[in-house]
Amino acid sequence: MTLKASELKEGQTFEAVVVENLTRTQIVQYAGASGDYNPIHTDEVFATQVAGYPSVFAHGMLTMGMTGRMLTDLVGDGRLLRFGGRFTSQVFPGDDLTTTATVEAVHEGDEPSVELKVSTANQNGVEVFSGSAAARIDP
Amino acid sequence: MAVERFPIEAGHIMLFARAIGDPNPIYYDPERAIAPPTFVQASAQFDPDYGLRPQIGRPWFGSGKTPSGLQRPAPSEGSSESRGERRGGGGGTGLHAEQHYEYHRPLRAGDVLTASTTAGKRWEKEGRRAGKLVFSESVTEYRNQDGELVVTARSVGVRTERAVEQ
Repeated sequence: MTLKASELKEGQTFEAVVVENLTRTQIVQYAGASGDYNPIHTDEVFATQVAGYPSVFAHGMLTMGMTGRMLTDLVGDGRLLRFGGRFTSQVFPGDDLTTTATVEAVHEGDEPSVELKVSTANQNGVEVFSGSAAARIDP
Repeated sequence: MAVERFPIEAGHIMLFARAIGDPNPIYYDPERAIAPPTFVQASAQFDPDYGLRPQIGRPWFGSGKTPSGLQRPAPSEGSSESRGERRGGGGGTGLHAEQHYEYHRPLRAGDVLTASTTAGKRWEKEGRRAGKLVFSESVTEYRNQDGELVVTARSVGVRTERAVEQ
């Protein structure tokens, strides 16, 4: 997909489901790929008995990675200029996550770009990632 | 704190894309793979002292015979502690609080990066759901084989006094 500055409006929103029923196995996959083997994410015994959580929970960076997929699907490959945010709540196995990107500003001219507010929420409407992004777009 | 050589490999990009559930074909093409936006996080694989990976021959804080192989808390992701300098302290959990990337040029399979990290601010706050929170910031610059800045990453880790209430 390619966004065009001439077709974007402030306040416009885009939404995508980024995961349904997150599995412990996907969290293990992320640990293996990223190299972050913190047992709080993959070791139920450690997470519950040592760390005091109800179960293992996802890496914040898995949530951000899935959120990033929504953004690259929206703006295209290699077009992001910035992407960042805060991890506002934990993501647990079984969660469904939806990412919403809202157009905050459109810059036309020689190097057109868009600024987006980015929010990912779980099935209960609780925000788990709150951030922003900017991307190069077409005129 | 530095990663001297972070080779961007097509197979690694494929594994990473699978893990984040992204079927975009560009991540599965060994000839022209580019890296997903959060991929530089995987530079941890190439950090010899990374604290969140079991080190061969050393005790690990995850479970085995006992719920934890160590009597000290987990280092927090994104903090300087996760990069090898573990600190002791009274319980609680290390968590990733914030992550911000600036992209200066596309990152492609075949690139070879170096990463240099500098510690940033450190601050404390009283949290509603997890007691005292100690935040620490770090900034990592990723440069390619030509010395060009590819990605700047700012990370904030937090150590909580106790587990976050759900």
